[in-house]
Amino acid sequence: MTTIQCTINGRAETIEAPPMKRLLDVLREDLHLTGAKEGCGEGECGACAVLINGDLVNSCLVPILQVEGARITTIEGIAINEQLHPIQQCFLTEGGAQCGICTPGMILATHHLLAKHPQPTLAQIQEGLNGNLCRCTGYMRIFHAVQQAAGAAK
Amino acid sequence: MWFGATVRSTIPRGRITSIAFDPSIPWHEFTIVTAADIPGENTIVHLAKDHPCLASTHVNHVEEPILLLAHPDKAVLPAAAAAVRITYEELPAIYTIEESEKKEQIIWGEGEHTNTFKTYLMQKDRQPIPEEIWQTADFIVEGEYRTGAQEQLYIENNGVIAEYNPETGVTVRGSMQCPYYLVHALELVFDLPAEKCRVIQTETGGAFGGKEDFPSVIGSHAALLAMKSGHPVKLCYDRGEDMAATTKRHPSRTRHRTAVSKDGKLLAGEIDFAIDGGAYMTLSPVVLSRGTIHAPGPYHWPYLTVRAKAVATNIPPHGAFRGFGAPQSIFALERHMDKIAKVVGLTPEELRRRNFLSTGDRTATGQILKDPVDMQQLLTRALEESNYHAKRVQFDRENPTSTIRRGIGFATFFHGAGFTGSGERRLNSLVAIELTPEGQPSILVSSTEFGQGTNTILCQVAAQTLRLAYDQVVIAQPDTRHVPNSGPTVASRTAMVVGKLVERAAQSLCSTLVAGDYLKHDYSPEEFRQGALNYLRQHGHLRAEARYESPGDIFWDDETYSGEAYPAYAWAAYVAEVAVDTTTYAATVTNFHAIQEVGKVLHPVLAAGQIEGGVAQGIGYALYEKCLWHNGHLANNQMTNYIMPTSADLPPIHVSFEEVPSPHGAFGAKGIGELPMDGPAPAILNAIEHATGIAFNEIPLIPEDIFERMTRTPDAGTEDLNPAVAGPIFSETIA
Amino acid sequence: MRSNVSQYELIAPGSLDAVLQILADSPDHYTPIAGGTELMVALGAGKLLPRKLISLWNLRELRFIETTPDALVLGAGATFTDIRKHHILAKEFSILAQAASWTGSIANQNRGTIGGNIVNASPAADSPPALLAYDATVTLVSTRGPRTMPYSDFHLAYKETALEPDEILHSITLLRNYEGYKTYIRKVGPRNAQAISKVALAGLALVADGVIQDIRLGAASLREYPARLAATEETLLHQPITLAAIATARGAILTEARPIDDIRSTAKYRATVAANLLEEFLRSL
Repeated sequence: MTTIQCTINGRAETIEAPPMKRLLDVLREDLHLTGAKEGCGEGECGACAVLINGDLVNSCLVPILQVEGARITTIEGIAINEQLHPIQQCFLTEGGAQCGICTPGMILATHHLLAKHPQPTLAQIQEGLNGNLCRCTGYMRIFHAVQQAAGAAK
Repeated sequence: MWFGATVRSTIPRGRITSIAFDPSIPWHEFTIVTAADIPGENTIVHLAKDHPCLASTHVNHVEEPILLLAHPDKAVLPAAAAAVRITYEELPAIYTIEESEKKEQIIWGEGEHTNTFKTYLMQKDRQPIPEEIWQTADFIVEGEYRTGAQEQLYIENNGVIAEYNPETGVTVRGSMQCPYYLVHALELVFDLPAEKCRVIQTETGGAFGGKEDFPSVIGSHAALLAMKSGHPVKLCYDRGEDMAATTKRHPSRTRHRTAVSKDGKLLAGEIDFAIDGGAYMTLSPVVLSRGTIHAPGPYHWPYLTVRAKAVATNIPPHGAFRGFGAPQSIFALERHMDKIAKVVGLTPEELRRRNFLSTGDRTATGQILKDPVDMQQLLTRALEESNYHAKRVQFDRENPTSTIRRGIGFATFFHGAGFTGSGERRLNSLVAIELTPEGQPSILVSSTEFGQGTNTILCQVAAQTLRLAYDQVVIAQPDTRHVPNSGPTVASRTAMVVGKLVERAAQSLCSTLVAGDYLKHDYSPEEFRQGALNYLRQHGHLRAEARYESPGDIFWDDETYSGEAYPAYAWAAYVAEVAVDTTTYAATVTNFHAIQEVGKVLHPVLAAGQIEGGVAQGIGYALYEKCLWHNGHLANNQMTNYIMPTSADLPPIHVSFEEVPSPHGAFGAKGIGELPMDGPAPAILNAIEHATGIAFNEIPLIPEDIFERMTRTPDAGTEDLNPAVAGPIFSETIA
Repeated sequence: MRSNVSQYELIAPGSLDAVLQILADSPDHYTPIAGGTELMVALGAGKLLPRKLISLWNLRELRFIETTPDALVLGAGATFTDIRKHHILAKEFSILAQAASWTGSIANQNRGTIGGNIVNASPAADSPPALLAYDATVTLVSTRGPRTMPYSDFHLAYKETALEPDEILHSITLLRNYEGYKTYIRKVGPRNAQAISKVALAGLALVADGVIQDIRLGAASLREYPARLAATEETLLHQPITLAAIATARGAILTEARPIDDIRSTAKYRATVAANLLEEFLRSL
């Protein structure tokens, strides 16, 4: 067992876990932050995506020991003071979510994309989200949602 | 909470000779369930009782569940499952429709049903095709078309939590489409009445049919573990297990033989339609049924014979997947129509136009199309919106000097909404609306939300009917203790059939309040709430119900397979633009237009989302999603090697709707959930034929297949139509 | 999740020297793990055999990209995102930057390291073809000190590298020699993103008056490890770019390539597509 300290959604956390325990499992099982989902366990679907120090990563591939001292943001940390973040609002109104299982990862990927490219082209949106698989939407409305969110931020 | 795991067969067919438990594991900590522990029948029931809940003496497919383990520590289960040593006496296994037909190995059934789950003979007007038609036809066109298995690949894997109480019975919560299907399965497995089998649907991360019949398996398993361990048990599959062990779309083989006149009129058609059901029956007869009825497409057939069969192989049983037999037979038909056009010397468009059904015509099952249908106009619109004609000319001009060959093709089709024929009557769906203590209408249905918008549209229907704001209506979580059986959430029936029942129940609720003077006729939303609260104060509760009523003019004969197959059809024309890169032999879809007539669009964003998502799955079906079977094992059971299109692979998908309200559905709605699955694959392969001049007739069509054909005959352009050369697949006779 | 994580040990000593000391003291007992994009997949699948791991993640001695007037040195711990962001690398070693851009998804590029990509030694890896074309040298390091070799000598056999049990890959050095070279890199996979390559070709060529002065070709999935196509290069060196030269080169690559049939593709497809990619490159010159 190891003890690590990190910040999750702005809160300091002390975590005791086997050092190879996946960040995804620590979030879901130890911290009950179940917004990150296991869709594949192999870093392909992006449903487990979180931000570590502002970088988008697949939490199913991160051993907990390696987030010592890190600042982690999960989907639970995206809303602002109980209000939906503009990205979340745009996903809602544009039909960017159908079943919703890929949505936490998609929103984090969008957050990450817009931080790098505030006014992304469609190609940049496609690339930014290429690690998040959605089986329901065919991606069209997700792209619209991202474009709307970029416009809302302007 | 304990956690469950499943110990599965590693061979495709054989007799279990021994089961041993490696002493390195502290087995006393585990609960172990075998077939001997099943209190009721060792069967997962759908249409037959052939499917064991747990294998006892024999296995018939790789991954067949043999025993179950539970333990409080999830982490120890994989090693424990691997430490169960099972030996088998292997038997020869079969994996294809052809092997099954040969009947050298009988793996299912007996007598005329050996290896055959179901057969249908559908003959228009119960008439066999007169021999003179074949003798005198100007052309006879034959073709064989094949489709592969497809994994539903919902991003959330199958998972359930089960509890057992000796007094109150079984409770299962989980990701699923049809809570009452699981209730029925549990009744048999546990020999308990329905009241003691409680099933609750939890938030479901995608389903597409993959959680229609399969939850009966995983739900029964978790419940058995809960019973024997005395603890709640969570049983969730990881991706590898879900892909390897659960249901997929039925592979198919369709053979067409068509008599055509020289002016392109279909004279007669013989269609042999075969699907591979895997090791056990599950829903194969119903998949076969829908595939059979959709096999002739939206065309007029003076004579038509469809011989259909669902056969058994030693592959994990196939099951429901959006489209449910129709994508398979429609793929074959729409490829075949393009072939007929070429043989006769017409354009693909002209051939369709000369054969489309229209209002008042009779379908192949003899159903009169009473509701208006205008495929001519739908096709015109699709070709216009996609700029089809100009692009065909442009691509023809540019392709010879380009390494990227571009093409454009289309498919025209329909999809019946609701259960076939007498199915809805048998389902006898019931819907209720009750008032909550706050005076809000709460919809009680077993119809489930899994992304397609069930909750939204049913609340819209109720709100519209009751003249309330959308937010004033709530819908209860599908918990079989509280909600009636409104039928399964399948078959594109929710908007049309269940929506209609919600509308009627809402009307009934309103009538009760108005009749009792709790509401005036022209009440406002706030007055509704007050009236509702007054009623509750006086009477305690209010619940209105509506039960399915078969439209008087729908008759279906299961014996002769004739009559009104579906109360309503959605009609569509889809156009696909492709680019085939001759450097890599990869085909990609570069643009897509989906035009459909759907009765009534209840929610524009949700409806378009359904079409876009279905088209995306159809593109995967056509070009990317190949199941690789090695001796009955799915070798590519990971997301890294089962190739689903990413956001970088899909084209812009342009969706347009037309509306001809149906009398049967809520506010005129017809079903659309499955429709978009039918059109993409044939439209894409028609486009690829335009781009390359090569007729591909099997999906998924991957670059290696295109490579094989393109490099086999490097000088070939258009396929040789000379009957002397073309061989047995194609024959042509000139009168 | 098919592994019992309590059966695994992971330590993060925090400095390169400490890591090397531990590897020296107990060679073969600790397996290095950097970003985890390979090893954690194996863990999830229940297939991670080594039980003791040592973290290289984010060690500043390994995660760097430095330039001198003559060379660019990539620390093995540089992530693909680090590589894509580096302006000089993107400008002077564009095909490496491109390879980084299609290595997995954005999320995986934020964690995957070039060292991991090389040491994992998959013949399908994305960076090696470009590194081979750029004639990279690799520096391996242990408590016994550093040693440097051409990257083309690093792979010995399928999934077998020149690393000693107590060594790790320290850095990759590229000489800033490629001004004026025409570039080519193309990856052929089953889809446009998040794909393991079926075949990939990286090429650099210096052309003067229609004659090839220098040519380098690196390929993925044509041999049991990333391969520099020396024999094919030989047929093109000092040749004018004619249809005949292209045909000869096609023949050479079909001979030099020894691809296999596997779950992802077929040998015949890989070989022919490799020849097509080569032709595409040559026609662009």
